[in-house]
Amino acid sequence: MKALMIPLFILLTTVAISLGVTGLFDVRPVLLWTDALIMLLLLVLVFFIVQVRASAERRATWRQVLRSRIGMATAVILSCYVLVAALDSVHFRPAAQDAAGTAQRSGFYSMEVISVLDLLIMPLHDQMEKSYSAPFATRLYSKEVVVMADGSQQRLYPRLQYGGAHLADHEERRGTDIAWRVAQGAVAGTVLAVLLCGAGVLLVARRAGILPGQLSGVLCGRGGHLPWHVMMLTLSVIIVLIAVAFMLASGYHIFGTDKVGQDVFYQSLKSIRTALAIGTLTTLIMLPFALALGLMAGYFRGWIDDVIQYLYTTLNSIPGVLLIAAAVLMLQVFMAGHPEMFETDAARADMRLLFLCMILGITSWTGLCRLLRGETLKVREFDYVQAATSFGVGHLQIITRHVMPNVMHIVLISVVLDFSGLVLAEAILSYVGVGVDPSMFSWGNMINGARLELAREPVVWWSLLAAFSFMFVLVLAANLFSDVIRDAFDPKMRG
Amino acid sequence: MGAYLLRRVFYAVPILLGVNLLTFMLFFVVNTPDDMARMQLGMKHVSPEAIASWKQAHGYDRPLLINLQARGMDTVTETVFFDKSLRLFAFQFGQSDSGRDIGYEIGQRMMPSLAVAIPVFVIGLLVNITVAMLLVFFRASYLDIGGVVLLVVLMSISSLFYIIGGQYLVGKLFQLVPISGFADGVSGWRFIMLPVAIGVVSGLGSGARWYRTIFLEEGGKDYVRTARAKGLSELSVLFKHVLRNALIPILTGAVVVLPLLFMGSLILESFFGIPGLGSYVIDAINAQDFSIVRAMVFLGSVLYIVGLVLTDISYTLADPRIRLT
Repeated sequence: MKALMIPLFILLTTVAISLGVTGLFDVRPVLLWTDALIMLLLLVLVFFIVQVRASAERRATWRQVLRSRIGMATAVILSCYVLVAALDSVHFRPAAQDAAGTAQRSGFYSMEVISVLDLLIMPLHDQMEKSYSAPFATRLYSKEVVVMADGSQQRLYPRLQYGGAHLADHEERRGTDIAWRVAQGAVAGTVLAVLLCGAGVLLVARRAGILPGQLSGVLCGRGGHLPWHVMMLTLSVIIVLIAVAFMLASGYHIFGTDKVGQDVFYQSLKSIRTALAIGTLTTLIMLPFALALGLMAGYFRGWIDDVIQYLYTTLNSIPGVLLIAAAVLMLQVFMAGHPEMFETDAARADMRLLFLCMILGITSWTGLCRLLRGETLKVREFDYVQAATSFGVGHLQIITRHVMPNVMHIVLISVVLDFSGLVLAEAILSYVGVGVDPSMFSWGNMINGARLELAREPVVWWSLLAAFSFMFVLVLAANLFSDVIRDAFDPKMRG
Repeated sequence: MGAYLLRRVFYAVPILLGVNLLTFMLFFVVNTPDDMARMQLGMKHVSPEAIASWKQAHGYDRPLLINLQARGMDTVTETVFFDKSLRLFAFQFGQSDSGRDIGYEIGQRMMPSLAVAIPVFVIGLLVNITVAMLLVFFRASYLDIGGVVLLVVLMSISSLFYIIGGQYLVGKLFQLVPISGFADGVSGWRFIMLPVAIGVVSGLGSGARWYRTIFLEEGGKDYVRTARAKGLSELSVLFKHVLRNALIPILTGAVVVLPLLFMGSLILESFFGIPGLGSYVIDAINAQDFSIVRAMVFLGSVLYIVGLVLTDISYTLADPRIRLT
């Protein structure tokens, strides 16, 4: 179980340090609603793991997940996404700067809300070009009239302000420069990964008293140990990729720039938080309702069951997209009528994100509720529940102590299974025009913005590529991970 | 059967009433008709007279639930709730906010929607089941494992990618079929081919995997082992025993969406410029035409309930042991 604690520990310390940093400097912390909920979610996760560790039986089930190679590899990937999202969830408003951008006056804060992630990748945020440019380009995508040094005017592809700026007049060296940077990044990343994994292995091996001769067996997951080698390999690949990306991004726009000249790589990174928020907060919001209603319907039966069934049949019969569209349209009207409620643009966009999560939750709790009802109907007939009833144990206690623990596997499975669907749904909703706020970074908005540019010649493809590949990696990892979880927890699968 | 159907129709009434109440709450109570008028007329600098005349023109100037100024039955009928929500029960959709007759539009747009949705449904079902059967036939081999991995990968790709990628590759690069548009009758096949192919591919990942699980579960039962022990060939075991007994879960998933095919596909239709109900809804959402959204919500709910009833009826056809009483 220690394996689960490590990423979580790193995550929480990172968040704590970022909170400390924002406290030290002259900034005004901003706690958006979704920030608070994401932090709450992390705490729930910690609580959940502590609970699992306490019970031998549940440890055994989880061990099956922990021993799966695919499960642990995807868990590492997912943790990296979560780390980015968590860093992106500590928001603040920096001190206001005057036009020169130097003198700071205390007590005044910028209207722009930025996050700790922005601080880490500040160059990407700041280096705006004029318009579209292809990945690794040194010149703009379209021709413009440029005033030459001798005063004459010429129509040509102007040089980018930042992309490849270090090449100066030697644009032909771009190929070697890129190759050199990739090599540098790869070497640095490999060294870093080896050092990190080596230090980790040494530390853990010494504390656990593992002899050097046993080490390779332990690392390869033999004898009931976790597949450490897979986890370390995945982590190393990610570290190398980050190092390469770092080396390249300091000189070029890896994924090009969009219509207003913003770096597409930056947008993709910022979109991670939006996707994870929709994938997890939706569940967090709907879970209490689905759980309570499903258990009540199955346990009490009779008229309570009828009412709850009526409720979810009614909600279910409305086509999901239409209900979401109707609700979001209404929210737009409401927000347009009450602009005074939101201090900054970020607060408004955040409210819309939260509301979208809620409405997605309302449309998606019915499936889980129905499953829980069915399972509760079964569980309530078990002998120990009957025994508890005859001993005069109260309804609430029977539900929470005897019924609920026995239906929790359904909750876990459906939560993990729903995640990838929700991430994919975000893109479609943004396309329909009822997704997250247009000012918010999201893969859906990126795709939507780039879609119209496909008609151009040559095609502007990089925004689409970036959004689709970031989304694909996340969804694929989530799908594979959820399969492992389902195999471990579904009694039918255990066969 | 007759009594059963009657009861189901009877059950449907409170559900549709609930749907109506919910949409009514969303559209008229959360935001008043004044808000809506302001939205339609542009947010700023709207005179009260303009709002009043817009409301009158679209029939939103009446009281919401009870009209105290009218007499007799009119206290109930001369209200927004009756006019805009209850009339839907008689399939009187009224006029859209832009002044067109919604019922007529729906009738016009149903056929193009079906022209795409039915082939996607039928071909998709056949392809999914075939692929799943193939994987089950070669179960626990490398083909099976590779196939499942491929399905998970297919499942993890956004459907928008299939659409954009397919449109670009087939329509623009190879110029095999038109990128978008629609034509009635047989000549329209060229327009429909690409959306249908993309619709089938984007549903393949999750669909085939789902059927594979069903077939595997059914294939692990005792009677299948008996059939194999009798010496039946694997093919006849799969097709005569497994497939037939897996019909109930297949029907559960397939029949319920059958009536909803009328609604078309939101994204496919708007990407390929097919003038169906799906693109109608998208246009309405973008134009913030609430009457159309309301009508379509109601229509969708009715079709969903019809789908549930059809599912029950299809059970009796697939399994003679099931009787509807």
